[in-house]
Amino acid sequence: MSLIRKTAAELGALVASREVSAVEVAQAHLDRIAEVDGRVNAFLHVDAESALTQARAVDERIAAGETLGPLAGVPIAHKDVFTTTGMPTTAGSKILEGWLPPYDATVTRRLREAGLVILGKTNLDEFAMGSSTENSAYGATHNPWDLSRIPGGSSGGSSAAVSAYEAPLSTGTDTGGSIRQPAAVTGIVGMKPTYGGSSRYGLIAFASSLDTPGPFARNVLDAALLHEAFSGHDPLDSTSIDAPVPAVVEAARHADVAGMRVGVVKEFGGEGYQPGVLARFNEAVELLESLGAKVVEVSCPTFSYALPAYYLIAPSECSSNLARFDAMRYGLRVGDDGTRSAEEVMALTRAAGFGPEVKRRIMLGTYALSSGYYDAYYGQAQKVRTLIMRDFEAAFQQVDVLVSPTTPTTAFPIGERADDPMAMYLADLCTIPTNLAGNAAISVPCGLADEDGLPVGLQVMAPTLADDRCYRVGAAVEKAFESRWGGPLLSRAPAL
Amino acid sequence: MSAITRDQVAHLARLSRLALADDELDHFAAQLDQIVGAVARVAEVAADDIPPSSHALPLTNVFRPDDVRPGLTPEAALSGAPAVEDDRFRVPRILGEEE
Repeated sequence: MSLIRKTAAELGALVASREVSAVEVAQAHLDRIAEVDGRVNAFLHVDAESALTQARAVDERIAAGETLGPLAGVPIAHKDVFTTTGMPTTAGSKILEGWLPPYDATVTRRLREAGLVILGKTNLDEFAMGSSTENSAYGATHNPWDLSRIPGGSSGGSSAAVSAYEAPLSTGTDTGGSIRQPAAVTGIVGMKPTYGGSSRYGLIAFASSLDTPGPFARNVLDAALLHEAFSGHDPLDSTSIDAPVPAVVEAARHADVAGMRVGVVKEFGGEGYQPGVLARFNEAVELLESLGAKVVEVSCPTFSYALPAYYLIAPSECSSNLARFDAMRYGLRVGDDGTRSAEEVMALTRAAGFGPEVKRRIMLGTYALSSGYYDAYYGQAQKVRTLIMRDFEAAFQQVDVLVSPTTPTTAFPIGERADDPMAMYLADLCTIPTNLAGNAAISVPCGLADEDGLPVGLQVMAPTLADDRCYRVGAAVEKAFESRWGGPLLSRAPAL
Repeated sequence: MSAITRDQVAHLARLSRLALADDELDHFAAQLDQIVGAVARVAEVAADDIPPSSHALPLTNVFRPDDVRPGLTPEAALSGAPAVEDDRFRVPRILGEEE
């Protein structure tokens, strides 16, 4: 089998045993990128020279007898919202075009320490705001299953890179579903860890109370290995949880749900959901039951208010966070002709540097936080957040995990929702409650929808710091489905 | 309860330091009106006795010892600046002619 089809765990083992060099593994993926990325557009920046230098360093350390981690020498595609020294970081925005950060994000630093080989930076919706990657200032990314469709968003470059075999692993960030939704619509695994379980230091902020870095992979074990590699307490992030990383790798190796209590969220389904998505979801629930899980229906009545609450809270936080793009210290500066004031230059720069979705959200947040509207909008949304946390608490008294479809529909055509913000926002209907409550959730493939032959994701939600349960259930579902399908879902994707 | 007008968008754009073009004001007014109309549903559920949550974690202030640690060098801090003069960020004037 060619190197690009192997799992991250397999590649790590091959490099560690010196059967294959890290340089060969990196080169195979660079060749694949050169072959297909002109059509997929997953990457904003590829640095072959740097990748080969990193790979050579891993090979030298192994040759010198060092024992490295399980992912040493494994290539990774890194979402272009994490700062990286030596590589530009744009957040998909013109306002940061060509910016070279003076420091590494904690996630970046930990990837380097684990010996992962960073191939380049992946495309995203500008400042991670979107569900399709169409909001990138550098052009849309295409879904490898059907190049006329979206790869999800905001981490759509990362989902496309992994599903197109350009990298076995990638990083993402999930603020309202930006890891799980892209994973679902490209037929791969994506995990949103517990908020505070992975560091935000050096992650360009969108909504600070929600932003969570997490892994993409083509299987559950690989996702767990990457999760473990970059997670854990970080003194540089004031909301980082000072607790051990949940035993995610061990859980991914114990694909057993016998006796587990699984709750089906009653509020997710019906109108607005594609029949083929619901059919695959119902099969996944039956599968869990056949594997010995005890399935019950659970009601979370306030979940239907999560979407409106999110579209007040996230824009409010974004309007504050993006004030830092002031044209003074880094990034774009427009109109500084010696006659204009700093404030005029600032307004001209932000108008030129931000795309339409970012402008919409900044103004929406500014509105929701204005005097006279604060109580009705931002204040009410924060109360809804409390109610959603209470719904989760009550649900997790009855069950160990909750399940739902990850997204209401499969990947939609590029352009279909581009100028209809409310239609676009519906893509995150099922993923948002978990962001508001801060707990953990994973998306794993559960088949193809009959109508369009496109991938469907199963979402598994677990309590705060019980991330391991997501991996345990995800691994059990993956094992049972793959034996039924005769291999991974992704092996049924058309050749690029 | 919404009805976002063009004038309101112009006001929001000023507060947000966004120099929007005229056609953008019209476009955003229609879209923001639709979005605000949809998200106003949050008023339907949360009653007065529900405490607001700004965050999912129970947060407390985090302190570290006040030790001197290395930071960015002036060169690194200024490396992305649009304009630099004498180890400082050079910025457009911040006061009006009359001030």
